[in-house]
Amino acid sequence: MSETIVLIFLAIIALGIFLSFLRMLFGPTASDRAVAVDTITTTVVALLVLLGFVFKRYVYLDVSLVYSVLAFVGLVALARFLEKGI
Amino acid sequence: MELFGVIITGIGVMFLFLGNLGILRLPDVYNRIQAGTKCTTLGAFLTIIGVGIMQPAWLWKCLLIALFVLVTNPISSHAIARGSHKSGVPLCDRSVVDKSEEFEKYKERE
Repeated sequence: MSETIVLIFLAIIALGIFLSFLRMLFGPTASDRAVAVDTITTTVVALLVLLGFVFKRYVYLDVSLVYSVLAFVGLVALARFLEKGI
Repeated sequence: MELFGVIITGIGVMFLFLGNLGILRLPDVYNRIQAGTKCTTLGAFLTIIGVGIMQPAWLWKCLLIALFVLVTNPISSHAIARGSHKSGVPLCDRSVVDKSEEFEKYKERE
């Protein structure tokens, strides 16, 4: 029962990721693209937890944790690059 | 208990979708940062906590992931906003106040 509703939630999240992907494609400056990537990574963390609930696999939670750590480090490095260059 | 978790997850998914819609629709980098950070932080928090309520054996690791998202998402967003303001990305033409630039002028005058 709840797996069917969670599949509908996954479709809504996929539509949202597509909207942010359009902004990442057409963004006028580099900062727009960085913000779009930030939003996409936070959305994908929630999406991985929902996928782990649908497939009944505990490993997806570990994948989600490692993904959020790597996204944080990468975005801080990208912001450093935007501020003064490497 | 399962219905409660589904409701909380639904509210979180709605917040995630509205944040992504704000990324596409808003006119400026700083407005986009505001929509993309607040909505997705609350949305991811509610979604992960809702999954932890639906599966009570996973609750502690879900709390760990939610706490990590809650701590690190504002830090990276603030770093991106500061970097884009220092590199000279303009505000949109309907903005009325720029406190950061006023602070830079105040520091130069001191």
